[in-house]
Amino acid sequence: MTDFILGHYAYWAIIFLLVLGLYGMVFKKNLAKKLIGMTIFQVAIIMFYVASAVKWAATVPVLDPAIGAVDAAKYISPLQHCLMLTAIVVGVATSGVAFSLVISIYRRYKTLDESILLERMKSS
Amino acid sequence: MQNSPALVPLLLLAAAISIPVLAIKKTGVAYLAALAASLGSVVISAYNALRVWESGPLTYHFGGWNPPIGIEYVLDPLSVFVALVVNVVAFIVLCHAGGLKEREIPGKSVPYYALVLLLLCGANGMILTGDLFNLYVFLEIFSLACYGLIGIGEKQAPIASFRYLIMGTVGASFYLLGLGFIYIVTGSLNMADVRNILPHVYGNPAVTTGLALIVIGMGIKMAIFPLHGWLPDAYTYAPSTSSALIAPIGTKVAAYVILRVLFFVFDVKFVSQTLPVTDLIGWLAAIGILFGSVMAMAQNEMKRMLAYSSIAQIGYIGLGIGLANPLGFIGAVLHILNHAFMKGALFLVAANLRKNAGHSDISKLDASYRKKLPWSMAAFTLAALSMIGLPPTAGFFSKWYLALGAIDKGNWVFLGVILLSSLLNAVYFFRILEKVYLGTPSAQGAEGAPSPKSNKGEGFVAGEEEYALMIPAVVLSFSLLLLGLLNANIVKGVIQRIIPLGM
Repeated sequence: MTDFILGHYAYWAIIFLLVLGLYGMVFKKNLAKKLIGMTIFQVAIIMFYVASAVKWAATVPVLDPAIGAVDAAKYISPLQHCLMLTAIVVGVATSGVAFSLVISIYRRYKTLDESILLERMKSS
Repeated sequence: MQNSPALVPLLLLAAAISIPVLAIKKTGVAYLAALAASLGSVVISAYNALRVWESGPLTYHFGGWNPPIGIEYVLDPLSVFVALVVNVVAFIVLCHAGGLKEREIPGKSVPYYALVLLLLCGANGMILTGDLFNLYVFLEIFSLACYGLIGIGEKQAPIASFRYLIMGTVGASFYLLGLGFIYIVTGSLNMADVRNILPHVYGNPAVTTGLALIVIGMGIKMAIFPLHGWLPDAYTYAPSTSSALIAPIGTKVAAYVILRVLFFVFDVKFVSQTLPVTDLIGWLAAIGILFGSVMAMAQNEMKRMLAYSSIAQIGYIGLGIGLANPLGFIGAVLHILNHAFMKGALFLVAANLRKNAGHSDISKLDASYRKKLPWSMAAFTLAALSMIGLPPTAGFFSKWYLALGAIDKGNWVFLGVILLSSLLNAVYFFRILEKVYLGTPSAQGAEGAPSPKSNKGEGFVAGEEEYALMIPAVVLSFSLLLLGLLNANIVKGVIQRIIPLGM
């Protein structure tokens, strides 16, 4: 049991981050804080992929003459990292769009508080 | 033309990037370029459909890398069918958009049309790709374009768009997380390859978790009950062209991904018996159908009513997926086609109302509108009849197959839901038709808006409509009759070739 908990410590941290992100998106009233939650959520998933690529006693995926190309188990799989490069770019783009929306909301309503926004949205 | 499978997304992407450059001097060029690119995508996807029709499924390997290492596009009957539907509806809606751009997106037409093409690029990519991670990338291209297209609208639009962004990002992230679980177990991202590996690892809890996360994530994008929270506001406050584009295309593409993942990556038997995912989707969809219909009855704004009706109609597709038998599958795929045309037509009529009368408020509709907008109201009537499901319009036949599927499975509750929801549809559409066609035109109404101060419309004359706005709506809704009459051919010739193995 202790082994199970300690052996997966990276995944526990990731689950914590995922829940933290969801909490921020659901319970925080300020739109900017919701965005922070969203970013934490995305980063947790990126870390999940990277953690899944960990391999002990293996090296970077660049051909090393001392090891040779035959034994794939001695190299880390590079695919997860490549996928996550794309996911990071997607995350940056999403944040960009989200921030521009937040700015546009602030210019129109002069507030970022969700409950006030909902009132002003109905009255306009 | 051996590269034709890859051409549609590339053409749309290239056009989307070059529009801001082309339109530096004259902003009018943006619209024409978007129209041309969209027409090109219709032609190429029709050509691809013909090729698949004659010679069976095609694959295209990017950069010459063979799958499962490289990214591949898979053109099978299902993907070319959905791609053709999406591109045709998008082209008709874009034809309509020309008449609206001064009113709804003044001064923003260049970025707007670039975003429209990005949206279509994302949709086409999601439909054609055979790689699960590539699907995620196209999903995000599609979603980001969606957020932009919605946020450009009325005063409240950025808030609606922001909410959709938060929920949509959670959806896409859930998909990515689920994909991670499946990748860890199978070590592959290629759909066909994953399908071959999965039977060896079905007992693994990571596969179950991954599947659940993917279904929840795409369920948010599809707006299946109770994950529909973003949809009503987003459709209501978006510019009319955006809602007419996103309502027929956005949720359908997500539904297509769920179909693809459940039945073509996973195994029909696994998702319907070992792990009752399809049952869950079916029951949620059944609740969503009733919820959407009841909420639609309570709305006074036509676009908001159509948005709630979308939630109900998405439920039919979910119901077909939930039945997980051949008749239900036919119903679901047929409804993807029919609903794209119906909702497109209805949103275009709502746009015409907004442009001509300055509002789309149902309580303000009266008998004068049948004189003022005869063709638009005719298009509305036909599409409404199809939504209710009167033969021989197209909407009847998808419901017919869903009902047959429910009987075949012995699920009488689903059958009851289908019948009841048709009645509810009748209630919320007939109250509009009653106002427009059954009342006697009041004297002041028939003279063509003598109270110009109260509305923003141009005080239009009875019987005159702009052709550019009227024809696309009429084409979409009259093609519903055509689709209804040809439905036997569509089902026999196309959809029966799509039914997945083992169903």
